[in-house]
Amino acid sequence: MKPASNWQALRTVMQRDLMVVMRRRSDVLNPLLFVLMVVSLFPLAVGPGPDILGRMAAGVIWVAALLSALLGSERLFREDFLDGTLEQLTLQPQPLALLSFAKIMVHWLLSGLPLVILAPLCALLLKLPLEGWLALIATLAVGTPILSAVTAIGAALTVSLGRGGALLSLLLLPLFIPLLIFATGAVEAALVGTDAWPQVLLLAGLSLLTLLLAPFAVAASIRVSVH
Amino acid sequence: MWRWLHPYAKPEVVYHLLGRWLPWVAGAAALILGGGLVWGILFAPADYQQGDSYRIIFIHVPAAMFSMSVYVGLAITALIGRVWQLKMADWALAAIAPVGAVFTFIALFTGAVWGKPMWGTWWEWDARLTSQLILLFLYIGVLALYHAFSDNRTGAKAAGILALVGVINIPIIRYSVEWWNTLHQGATLTVFERPPMANSMLFPLLTCILGFAFLAAALIFHRMRNEILRQELHRPWVKAELGETSKQTEAV
Repeated sequence: MKPASNWQALRTVMQRDLMVVMRRRSDVLNPLLFVLMVVSLFPLAVGPGPDILGRMAAGVIWVAALLSALLGSERLFREDFLDGTLEQLTLQPQPLALLSFAKIMVHWLLSGLPLVILAPLCALLLKLPLEGWLALIATLAVGTPILSAVTAIGAALTVSLGRGGALLSLLLLPLFIPLLIFATGAVEAALVGTDAWPQVLLLAGLSLLTLLLAPFAVAASIRVSVH
Repeated sequence: MWRWLHPYAKPEVVYHLLGRWLPWVAGAAALILGGGLVWGILFAPADYQQGDSYRIIFIHVPAAMFSMSVYVGLAITALIGRVWQLKMADWALAAIAPVGAVFTFIALFTGAVWGKPMWGTWWEWDARLTSQLILLFLYIGVLALYHAFSDNRTGAKAAGILALVGVINIPIIRYSVEWWNTLHQGATLTVFERPPMANSMLFPLLTCILGFAFLAAALIFHRMRNEILRQELHRPWVKAELGETSKQTEAV
């Protein structure tokens, strides 16, 4: 029997993962609800005045996005590790980095993309001035792939431990700092009326670089965790 | 080259080799660092602006310098461990990381102590302070991951991957933080822009930097020896080694 081509393998893994997640939708919904709740906690905590909320909005939304990425990271590899699917993936003739890329993309489709869609609602709740909306959505669109890719590295490293949680945030949050800085910088630039595109483009570049390199790190981590 | 390197893949040989070097390196560290500190603290002239409080520089600057270089060394070790699958490289990872973490902490702590009288604040979200803090977080992450696995070999491999991911990130973090800082506030404070220093201050500082290099090497050698002993505890040569030394101490 001829082995499947790389492209077929990529598609099969993506389809399978999508199907698995769609059978248990709460895994997708819960991190999103988490973001909404964190966002709605802030007006209660710091007061509902539009000046203070508007200035904090981009930062709050981005920090909530980082935390929700950590929350949702368990489902990336945990089930597959427990039922042996991950081990089977390492035995495939196709490069493991490619299959990792498929998993990263599925994770982004189900956690990053909904965040982009949810962004206007969050911006509304936090009274982000209208000038910042486009920049916020743009940074989320190009920045969330970084979240998915880097989270996948951490999740693959800790999957065999059984208690990822706090350790995972310790490993990953420092790596997210550039993302946070560029993303909030872009929104701030838009708010003060200067050009936000340099930061957005920088983020896009970082995003492409991460998507290029991260699958190899994920593949190496899976091999460490499986053995 | 492999023929030459081959014997050093054996833990026993490395253990004894490091044991032979350790007294020299540790002695050099004590001598040079001790001399540099005495020179800097007692004999170098006081600064015309900062008075005597600038003298913390003789600890602060070397620690900050080596906090970064030790991380690079850590990443190179991790790369060696990944590429050639040497278990000694895995152990070296565990030997190196805590040293770097402590150096980073010393740099941050002395910086805060120095900052209080000079700038009037313990902490400023300055670019260099922030990136140093993030470096400390990276070290802690590597250490936490290493210790999270009950099997040290897996832990070292995982921590090695994380160290490599971190080293790719370090330049990005550095530039992003610098850029972030300059966006938010102009140059209200700059951390110690290397002024044209008088030789009477520069030479003790260079001595201290050299001393810190030896100190780092000595600490790493010592930790590496301990790590080898811990990993090889069940081997006959370790038992012989430990039995011998305990007899020696009894005799003394």
